[in-house]
Amino acid sequence: MVKDMNIKKRKKIKDKLKGSSVGIAGAGGLGSNSAISLARTGIGRLVIVDFDIVEESNLDRQYYFQDQIGKVKVEALKNNISKINSDVKVEIYKKKLTKGGMDKYFKNVDVIIEALDSAEIKTQFIEEIMLKLPDIPVVAASGVAGYGHSDRIKTKYLGNLYMVYDEKAESSERDILTAPRVTLIANWQANVVLEILIGAD
Amino acid sequence: MIEVNKRGVEFIKNETVDQLLKRMKYSFPLVIVKINSEIIPRKRYPLVIVPDNSKISVIHMISGG
Repeated sequence: MVKDMNIKKRKKIKDKLKGSSVGIAGAGGLGSNSAISLARTGIGRLVIVDFDIVEESNLDRQYYFQDQIGKVKVEALKNNISKINSDVKVEIYKKKLTKGGMDKYFKNVDVIIEALDSAEIKTQFIEEIMLKLPDIPVVAASGVAGYGHSDRIKTKYLGNLYMVYDEKAESSERDILTAPRVTLIANWQANVVLEILIGAD
Repeated sequence: MIEVNKRGVEFIKNETVDQLLKRMKYSFPLVIVKINSEIIPRKRYPLVIVPDNSKISVIHMISGG
């Protein structure tokens, strides 16, 4: 009986995710790791936007490999995703998200992950998406830097804005970025995306 | 009375978002402000008046990602 229920639940979730699209703004620590997790769960389509290339210093927390140094991040990430789950449709844009055009690539997705780095650009992105695409939920993160203090992290529910938040964290200009905390928060964001797409468990 | 980040705070008539942030001593340069169900864009902080009985969330944005 329990097994039957698991099969049913698994099928329901699989179908739901296969028909869903997630936009990811940024393919750094948050974006690359949340994309990989969503690909593993069988999301149907990912739209990933980032202008950067892979640098050696990114490998301490971002989902890239040494032989990808110098490659365009979104292309490298698409390649890594295809090695894990080739059924995911990955749409990539090597573009910098700028004021006035933040919404451009995300008009046809079900949820958007904010995975940008500076506080300024995060704020700009959230405000612009909330204004221009008010019906699309945004899962953002603030307070990623440092290590430890996992239990200070919270999800703040602000209507269509879901903020993964550690209010006591320092900024990345003043503190280090570490793989355990960055991937924890990236996966926390991916986990919130599942909650939004599938509904409460 | 208004509620700011789940804390009861005195209501002041005709107070703007900017003035409220100052009164609360929120000095972070980048914040997301939500009043009831609405996210207020930054450029409207000097214009938007905080209504009585409103629930306000102030989240500060910290670099890193």
